[in-house]
Amino acid sequence: MWIYAGRRVIQGIITVWFIATATFVAMHSVPGDPLLSDKAMTAEIRANLAAKYGLDKPVFPDQYMTYIGNMLQGDFGISFTQQNREVNDIIREHFPVSAALGILAVLFAALGGILWGALTALYRNKLPDIIIMFLVILGISVPSFVFAALGQLGLVGLNSWAGQTVLPVAGWGTVSHMLVPALVLGLSTMAFLTRLMRSSMLEIVNSDFVRTAKAKGLPPTRIFLKHQLRNAVLPVITVLGPAIAAITTGGFVVELVFAIPGLGRYFVEAVQQSDYTVIMGTTVFYGAFLVFMVILVDLVYGLIDPRVSVE
Amino acid sequence: MTTPNSSNKSTTTASHTGADTGTAKELNRAALVQLLLLILGSLAVIIVVMYALNWAAQATGSKSAATDAINYEARSISILIEQEPPQLDAMKSTDQVSGSVLGHIMEGLIAYDVNNELVPGVAERWDIRADGATFWLRADARWSDGKPVTAQDFVFAWKTALEPATASQYAFILFPVKNAEAINTGKLTGDTLGASATSDRVLEVEFEKPIAFFEKLVAFSTYYPAREDFYKSTNGRYGADADTMLYNGAFTVESWVHNSSMRMEKNQQYWNKDSIFLNTIHVPFITADKQAGVNLFKDGRIALAQLDGETLPTALQERWNIGRLADGSVYYLEFNHREGRIGGNLNFRRALQLTLDSSELVYRVIKIPGYVPGTTLFPTWLKGKDAPFRQEYPPTPIRPDREKARELLATAMAELGLEETPSLVVLAGDTPLARKHAEYMQSELKKHLDLDVKIDRQIFKQRLAKMRAGQFDMVMAGWGPDFDDPLTFGDLFASWNLQNRGRYNNPELDAQIRIAQGSIDQQVRMDAFGEIQRILIDQAVLLPDYERGRVFVADPRMQNLGRRAIGPDPDYSRVTLLPPTAEEAGR
Repeated sequence: MWIYAGRRVIQGIITVWFIATATFVAMHSVPGDPLLSDKAMTAEIRANLAAKYGLDKPVFPDQYMTYIGNMLQGDFGISFTQQNREVNDIIREHFPVSAALGILAVLFAALGGILWGALTALYRNKLPDIIIMFLVILGISVPSFVFAALGQLGLVGLNSWAGQTVLPVAGWGTVSHMLVPALVLGLSTMAFLTRLMRSSMLEIVNSDFVRTAKAKGLPPTRIFLKHQLRNAVLPVITVLGPAIAAITTGGFVVELVFAIPGLGRYFVEAVQQSDYTVIMGTTVFYGAFLVFMVILVDLVYGLIDPRVSVE
Repeated sequence: MTTPNSSNKSTTTASHTGADTGTAKELNRAALVQLLLLILGSLAVIIVVMYALNWAAQATGSKSAATDAINYEARSISILIEQEPPQLDAMKSTDQVSGSVLGHIMEGLIAYDVNNELVPGVAERWDIRADGATFWLRADARWSDGKPVTAQDFVFAWKTALEPATASQYAFILFPVKNAEAINTGKLTGDTLGASATSDRVLEVEFEKPIAFFEKLVAFSTYYPAREDFYKSTNGRYGADADTMLYNGAFTVESWVHNSSMRMEKNQQYWNKDSIFLNTIHVPFITADKQAGVNLFKDGRIALAQLDGETLPTALQERWNIGRLADGSVYYLEFNHREGRIGGNLNFRRALQLTLDSSELVYRVIKIPGYVPGTTLFPTWLKGKDAPFRQEYPPTPIRPDREKARELLATAMAELGLEETPSLVVLAGDTPLARKHAEYMQSELKKHLDLDVKIDRQIFKQRLAKMRAGQFDMVMAGWGPDFDDPLTFGDLFASWNLQNRGRYNNPELDAQIRIAQGSIDQQVRMDAFGEIQRILIDQAVLLPDYERGRVFVADPRMQNLGRRAIGPDPDYSRVTLLPPTAEEAGR
C-alpha cells in the first residue's frame, strides 16, 4: 500500500508540474499583460513597472526558471492587482472560506445524492421516482447563477415575509451565511450523484448476491444496508474526489452573488486581469488539491471495498 | 442496459411463491425505515459539521456584521463596494472604488463639496499665479495620530509618487509641477522637484509651464499628503492594511478584512469633524453583482445600490426613487488611421458618421436612463468659461443621411481602389452592454451600407493589448475624465498622446491642442477647445456613441449624498440621516 501511495504521489507531482508549465505557457501566449491599463503609459513608466516585476526578462528560460524555482520554495510572488499582497496570503486567507463552503456543499450533495438515489430506486417508475428525477434533470441542466439568484431572491422574500432577518441575504461569518450558498453550490453535484446512485442501486437490487441473501433469509434491514447500499455507493465515492475539488474551485458565481470572500473569485478574476502571479498560484494550488483528492479517493476505495486491493 | 432484463428476472422470481412478494414488500418497508434513519443521521452530521464550520469561520475573523442599511441611533450606514481596493495608497491608486474610499479617509489641499464646488481642504487659502502657487495650510489639520499635517507631507508624497521605482500610473497628473516629468523618467533626482515647504504651513509650488487649472488638479488623489516617517515604517506596505495607513480625512479605516469587509469610523482628529454627522460607515459586502446589490437593498442591508439594464425593472416595480447621474465617461467608435487601414479615409469615416445614429442606440438599444446620446467628444457636464462648455460651443449637429452615406462610401472605395465593400473588424469589450451595442452596429452597417463587420470580442486586458498594437479597423473605446477641465478630453487625439490608439495625426488639431495646453487665458483656451471639437466632427475622427450614466437607488433617509463625475464617488462623508418617523419608530 505504501509503495502504491508513494508511486501515486510521484505521479501527482509530475502532473502538478505539467499543470504549472501548461498554465505558464498559455498565460503568456494570450495577448495582454498585467501592466496594461486604461490609461496609456509612457515607455519609461512601463519599463519601470516591468523591471519591478521581472517582466523585462525573456519569458523562456529566465521568467520560467525563476517562477519554477520560487514555486519549489513555496513562494508564488506578489499579486499584480493587489500590489501589496502575496499570493500565498491570498490563498491562506481565502481558501478556508471556499473550503468551508465547499465542505458543506459536498455534504449536501453526497448525502442528498445517496438518499434521493436510493429512494428513487426503491420507488422505481412510481410517483416519487418521477418527481425526483424531474428535479434532477432541472438540477443538472440549469446553470448555477440562476439558482444563486433565485436562492437569494428567496431569502429576500423569506425575510420580508417574516419581518426580520431569518437568514442573511449575503455576506460571510456565520453558518447562517453559508446555508443557502452551499445548497446552491452543491445542487448540480447532488443531482448528478442522485442519478448515479439510482442506476447503481437498481443494478444491485437485482443482482445475484442480493437474491442469495434474501434466499438465506437474512433480515431485510441487513440486506438493504450491508448488501445493497454499501455496494451501490462505491461509484458515488469514486466521483466524490473530483467533485470535492470541482465544488471548492467552482464557487465563482456563488461567491460573487452572495458576496463571499472565497478563493474562487480570485481564480476567475485573475484571468480577466492577466494577474500572472495569482493565476499561477491559484491554478497550481487547485491542481495540486485535485490531484490530492483523486489519490485520497483511490486509497479510501481500498478500505471500503475489500475486493479492491491497493497495491 | 441490464434493467429490462433483470426486471424480467424479478417478476419471474416473484411469481414463484406468494411468500416472496411478501419479502419484497417487507424489504421495501425496511429499506424505507433505514432511509429515514439515514436522513436523520445525515441531518445530525450536517448540523455537527455546520457548528464546526461556524466556529472555524469565526476563528478566521472574516465576519460580516449584520448591520442595518441605516441606523439613526448609532449614526451609521452600511454600504456595498464593487471590488476590493487594490490598495489605499493614494500615490499609486488608479481605480474608482479606491478613489471613493480615499475620498472619505484622506483630504487634499483643496477638496470637492457635496455640490461639486472646490472648497478649502488642508489649505485654508491659496494663491495661483502664472509661474507657480502658494498654499497656506490650516493650523488644525491633523493626522489620525494627532500630529499636524505639514507642507513637507505634501512634498514627500508628490516626490514619492514621481519616483520611477514607485511606478505610479497616475504620476503624469503631477507633471505641471516643475521637473516632475524629468524625475518620473529618471532624468533628474527627486530633490529637484519644484515643490518646497518654506515652513510647516506654507507650500510653494513652481510650475513647469503656465497652467490654467492647477486648483482642480490639486483636488485629485495623487496630490494627497503622506508622512515620511510613517510611510517608511511600513516597509513598502503603505496602504495595504488598516494599520499601515495614516489618515487626515473625515474617517479612518478601523478594520479591513480583504475582499470581505471594511469599517470606517469618524476621525476624531479631523479639523472639521463637527460637520461630519456619521459615526460609522460599514462595508459588509464586496461584490460586483448588481442583482445581489438590489437584493441587499431590498432586504434593508445597504443604503445604496447601483442599477444596470437587468436590475432596473426590479427597481421600477418596487417604485423606488431612482437617482441618476452622468458618470463622466464618453464612449465612441475610434478608427484606426494607420497606413493601410480603411479608417484613414475621410469619406469612409463620413459615410459611417452619417449612418450610425447615437439617439437610436441610446433610446432603443441601451435603454438605461442616465445615458445620453453622444454628439461630441466633450460631454454635457464639462464647464466652459462661464457656462457649460456645450452651451458656449454647441457641436455641429449630424443628422443620419443614409443616401449620402452610400455615395460617400462609393467615393471612398473608388479612392482606395476597392472593388467590393470591405470586411471590417470591430474590437469590442465582453460586457453584455458592449455585446448589444456591437451587434446593433453590425446590423446597421449591413442594412444601410452593406458592410460586413466582424466583431472581435475580447476581455479587458486582451482588448487593451490589441488596441495598443493597432489590431483593429474600429474599436469601441471610452474615456473617463481625470480632472475637471475640457483638456482631460481635448488632448486625446493629439499626435503625441499615447492614448490615441488609432494614431490620428493632424497638425491643425495638434496646434489647437498646444494652445489649449499652453495658455492661461480661459477665453483663448475655450476657443481652442471649440476648434478642436469642430475639427473632430468635421474630420469624423471619432463617432461618439454615448455618455455613460449611472442609475442607482439610495435610501431616502440619507441626505447630502455626494455623487460626481470627477472626484470621489459616491461620497458618503457629509451624509446626514433623517430621524425615523413616528410610525417607523413604533415598529
